[in-house]
Amino acid sequence: MGTMPVGLGHYLAVGAILLVLGVFGIFLNRKNVIVILMSVELILLAVNLNLVAFSAALGDLVGQVFAMFVLTVAAAEAAIGLAIVVVYFRNRGSIEVEDVTLMKG
Amino acid sequence: MIATIGFYVFAVILLISAVMVVSARNPVHSVLFLIVAFFNAAALFLIAGAEFLAMILVIVYVGAVAVLFMFVVMMLDVNIAEVREGLQRYAPVGGVVGLILLAELALVLGGWHFHPQAATLRLSPTPAGISNTAALGNILYTRYILLFQAAGLILLVAMIGAIVLTLRDRRAVRRQSIARQVARQKAETLAMVEVRLGAGMAETGILVPLPEGEPEEEPAHAASHGATHGGHGEDAALPHAAEGH
Repeated sequence: MGTMPVGLGHYLAVGAILLVLGVFGIFLNRKNVIVILMSVELILLAVNLNLVAFSAALGDLVGQVFAMFVLTVAAAEAAIGLAIVVVYFRNRGSIEVEDVTLMKG
Repeated sequence: MIATIGFYVFAVILLISAVMVVSARNPVHSVLFLIVAFFNAAALFLIAGAEFLAMILVIVYVGAVAVLFMFVVMMLDVNIAEVREGLQRYAPVGGVVGLILLAELALVLGGWHFHPQAATLRLSPTPAGISNTAALGNILYTRYILLFQAAGLILLVAMIGAIVLTLRDRRAVRRQSIARQVARQKAETLAMVEVRLGAGMAETGILVPLPEGEPEEEPAHAASHGATHGGHGEDAALPHAAEGH
């Protein structure tokens, strides 16, 4: 199959640790939506790392195509998320997640 | 050998900067460490042979997304001390969830291997002899053209959504209306006024018109003089003054 200088397991381990760090960051930064968005970016980066590693290990280019679409969706998500954060900050004067109970009945 | 050493160096820096992203006290530092993480992930992509994706990661993520984060962080003026308040409260929960997730992922990684027929199931095997970018372009613009167009559509919708969310029309801003300026006639900008010799501005009722859009209390005597108040910009005052003398 494909030729990789580094084993697939190494890539998968790095991707797994990166994903766990992203999830941990979401729990850790409950007061700051921007850092939560950055954690989501880290999680998507871990997913891309796995896709690229499998693509290289199998010698199949579709994984890289899919990683590109994941990058697209991540960029769109970051733009929309930050726009929502800006609007929320304009209305409330803070970006604490725990304040977001406006729609609670 | 060099690739292996490079892999470990980049992977360690990537993980350390990811830790700093989620644990930095200052959001600006978080963004800067995110940029470091993206650079090192691009290096890992390069080692795996995905050159085009590595360059895309540097250009799109470091050049656009991280700078977007930086803009928002600088613009919002977040209170740092307030932000770090809930750290001790949520760290144990997050740690437990993270450890469970890591253990499960380790279990998956432990007993895992390729199916013997995996090589025959490949959709588009990496062609030999051409570069990664050319190979990606060959399949992206032919077999995956619909997905490519859909990705462009997603970006368009995201752009429109971000603009719609953050656009606000400011009433106080005075904008130039070129169509109105071109469509102006002489009759609505000039007014012949008979002025008594030695009369002051207040006596004649010739007032400087307010710009359009602002709350305007109409003077009671403005209509009797036939002066065109109601706003054609500041220059509408000049003909009045010129005609008066």
